[in-house]
Amino acid sequence: MKRRNFIKNSMLFAGALTALPAVLFTKKSYAAWPKKSFDIKDLTDSVNSVYGHNNLEESSKVKLKAPSIAENGAIVPINVSTTLEDVDSIMIFVENNPQPLSSGYQLTKLAQPSIGTRLKMGKTSNVMAAVKSGDKVYTSTQEVKVTIGGCGG
Amino acid sequence: MSTIKMRSKEANGVVTVKALIRHPMETGARKNKKTGDMIPAHYIQEVHSKANGKDVITIHWGPAVSKNPYLTFKYKGNKGDEIEISWVDNQGNADTKMGKVK
Repeated sequence: MKRRNFIKNSMLFAGALTALPAVLFTKKSYAAWPKKSFDIKDLTDSVNSVYGHNNLEESSKVKLKAPSIAENGAIVPINVSTTLEDVDSIMIFVENNPQPLSSGYQLTKLAQPSIGTRLKMGKTSNVMAAVKSGDKVYTSTQEVKVTIGGCGG
Repeated sequence: MSTIKMRSKEANGVVTVKALIRHPMETGARKNKKTGDMIPAHYIQEVHSKANGKDVITIHWGPAVSKNPYLTFKYKGNKGDEIEISWVDNQGNADTKMGKVK
């Protein structure tokens, strides 16, 4: 009985070992679109799946420009810039959207940390811009009130 | 005709690139009002930009990005740089456009 358990456990362990490099690989590669992170429906889980942790630090160095009231939720202009150095990536999360992660921007050394886009928002929500600089993630959050949602038909 | 409209301008060693892409950006959560069928998801997942052949930015978009998406970013560059913007969507369609910095 004991021996049988041992075999079972060792097989599980071997399975875990082969699964692990696959996870590490997809996190490092920029080319792969992170389907998992885009599918997650909860903000905390979403942040966790992007960065591997939830240690966010609110910073005035992250500038999030968004309207306080968006008349049309289908087109909400968002601009993010920062004075932080060595920026790896900028992510924009919309807390109350079906999937909070809206978009991610991986910057090379050539790029300046300043991006802009337009997002859809289903309803009034906090919008969070997260800037990864070095090992830390700095954020800035603003509420955007939506009068007409952008997700309905 | 290309789906990408792009404009880029240099000022003080920084180039601002602005681009508009023509794309439906369907989330997959909407219904066709007449038939009641779900409209399948169709959105750009990846946008990539290079300047003179060097990577500048790689962008991952989800379905929450607006229809006919607008994008702006900045990089350290010069007048006359060759900018390339390309995108790929979840159905495997793609487009690329080259432009020169003014």
